[in-house]
Amino acid sequence: MGSDPIFRVGDRVRVRKAAPLGHVRTPFYIRGHAGVVERICGAFPNPEELAQQRDGLPAQPLYRVRFRQNDVWPGYRGSTADVIEVEIFQHWIET
Amino acid sequence: MKAARNAKAARDAKAAGRYEPYSYFQLMEASLRELLVEKGVVTEDAIAGAMAAMRARGPERGAAMVARAWLDPDYKARMLANGSAAAEELGFEVPGLRLIVVENTPGAHNVIVCTLCSCYPRMLLGLPPEWYKSRPYRSRVVREPRKVLAEFGLKVPSTMAIRVHDSNADMRYMVLPMRPAGTDGWNEQRLAGLVTRDCLIGVAVPRLPKSPKKPKSRKS
Repeated sequence: MGSDPIFRVGDRVRVRKAAPLGHVRTPFYIRGHAGVVERICGAFPNPEELAQQRDGLPAQPLYRVRFRQNDVWPGYRGSTADVIEVEIFQHWIET
Repeated sequence: MKAARNAKAARDAKAAGRYEPYSYFQLMEASLRELLVEKGVVTEDAIAGAMAAMRARGPERGAAMVARAWLDPDYKARMLANGSAAAEELGFEVPGLRLIVVENTPGAHNVIVCTLCSCYPRMLLGLPPEWYKSRPYRSRVVREPRKVLAEFGLKVPSTMAIRVHDSNADMRYMVLPMRPAGTDGWNEQRLAGLVTRDCLIGVAVPRLPKSPKKPKSRKS
């Protein structure tokens, strides 16, 4: 997977539901959930590779994805407009 | 069981002012530091200086950016487009920092957390408070932000959306609060004085200092 972002702002994306071992920067609570790309942050070396003393290249595009709190937490108490925004690397998005 | 006894013994010894052996990580840190000094990579003075500078840093830089943004709409636009460049524009060096500034509006309140560890724009805000690094804050503010903010004394009306920002990877975040009413004509420095660390994390909003209470006039 190369460094070019394949998703655009506004695209609806779903986070992979996976549980690999190691240093993963995708929080458990957001895996499997769908949201909308809020912005593209650039590309950064893959932290899972960096943690293994490798170079993490090619850099992975990093997105900020906006999720509706009501979608993420069953029985969420608050406004339906409440959101949580999480940084998701491209290789953590289902294609 | 043994660990608990050891921990209690260490606490008691500390309370009594007695010698306390290094923990594993303290020992690792001291060993590495001494090696680096011995090999001439760094000096003790440089380390002490860096630590003192880190401890001395408070949220003043972040507050200065907010005050400038309140007074200068063009600066605010640049800050929302590129937080790191906006910091550098005010002369704050932020090497490697990728700062995103999120703006509070009448329709939305922002709050920052790092659920995975304690990521925080230290170059601009200083060291994070202990509660920011605590598990209760990190786990609760993402799933019940309104309740957590209320515990901080901030009641967010239901007409206002809450945006929680998880600083979970390479970006760092700072909140641009709304300028409080009653500050017309204030200069930048005075405005910056209203912007606390908690305002920049999003668990508080800037408020005017309370005017001294007038004694209540009592009837009868």
